[in-house]
Amino acid sequence: MDFTDDQIKRYSRHIILPEVGGKGQAKIAKAKVFMIGAGGLGCPVGYYLAAAGVGTIAIVDDDVVELSNLQRQIAHSTKTLGMPKVESAKATFETLNPDVNVIPLKLRISKDNILDLIKDYDIVVDGSDNFPTRYLVNDACVLTGKPLVSGAILRFEGQVTTIIPGKGHCYRCLFEEMPPPGLVPSCQEAGVLGVLPGIIGGLQAMEVIKLIIGKGEPLSGKLLIYDALKTTFRTVKVPKNPDCPVCGMNPTITELADYDAQYCSI
Amino acid sequence: MDDLIPDKSINIKGLVCPYTFVKAKLAIETMEVGQILEILLDYQEASNSIPKSMEAHGHKVLDVKKINDTDWVILVRKDRE
Repeated sequence: MDFTDDQIKRYSRHIILPEVGGKGQAKIAKAKVFMIGAGGLGCPVGYYLAAAGVGTIAIVDDDVVELSNLQRQIAHSTKTLGMPKVESAKATFETLNPDVNVIPLKLRISKDNILDLIKDYDIVVDGSDNFPTRYLVNDACVLTGKPLVSGAILRFEGQVTTIIPGKGHCYRCLFEEMPPPGLVPSCQEAGVLGVLPGIIGGLQAMEVIKLIIGKGEPLSGKLLIYDALKTTFRTVKVPKNPDCPVCGMNPTITELADYDAQYCSI
Repeated sequence: MDDLIPDKSINIKGLVCPYTFVKAKLAIETMEVGQILEILLDYQEASNSIPKSMEAHGHKVLDVKKINDTDWVILVRKDRE
């Protein structure tokens, strides 16, 4: 790939890295990433992927920007209140880097559309805020063999894991079934310190870039847990479960279903 | 060293760090292992930093020569992908 002088300047700190170089930067430019959610996690993930020059970034989210989002959702602003989050994020990311093509999808993903939506993308990023979506995205990625970088946050704690179907674990190896709604904190009990999604989303973006350039060790077969109050990172091994209902030897989940349990969306 | 014939030559006069190395690195990436890159430059600091970075990236610096009051020529052999 031939870079323009501006691109050489923009990506110079990548190009001088032995692990990236011009070849790695060209891979980043060709990469297509599909992001679930333009919220707390989606904002920093998309921001850094756009800055890095990821060529195509699709974002799906059906919400509009609200004032209560702005303490953590850094791609949106007071000026974009009321605007669809995907449009607000697109404007922010393309202002940062016009090399990037952001595809805004203002809709809810479901079992009926997800396979078609993700089929042309290399990597899926889950920044959703609810369990039904999280399981749907996991199952769709396992069934189609798409790498999935999953992040989750609550209060002062966050988790990141990278699912490489066929190689490492999947989300259901970790948590086989969704927790019953009563066990999930209600809106009043939940809360999140606004910096937390920046840290977890930053880790997700790094995982995505590593997958694109094929360097380092992804968090496959591992779960990283960040405790912001204690300032600790723990990485725990997550073995692939041979009896996993979706990625095990004899899967019982062979097609997608919508898991429409009633959860309070945080 | 005068008998070495470069496979590719670049002129990066007028550029300063880090673009001196960025340009040299992009050039060597397009070459085959064993081929020699000749770099003409006029930024003094880069006459030290380019050889250092090229060695750090696993290539062999064959020569660094000041050819006149302002310019240097560096010869680097690509030793790894």
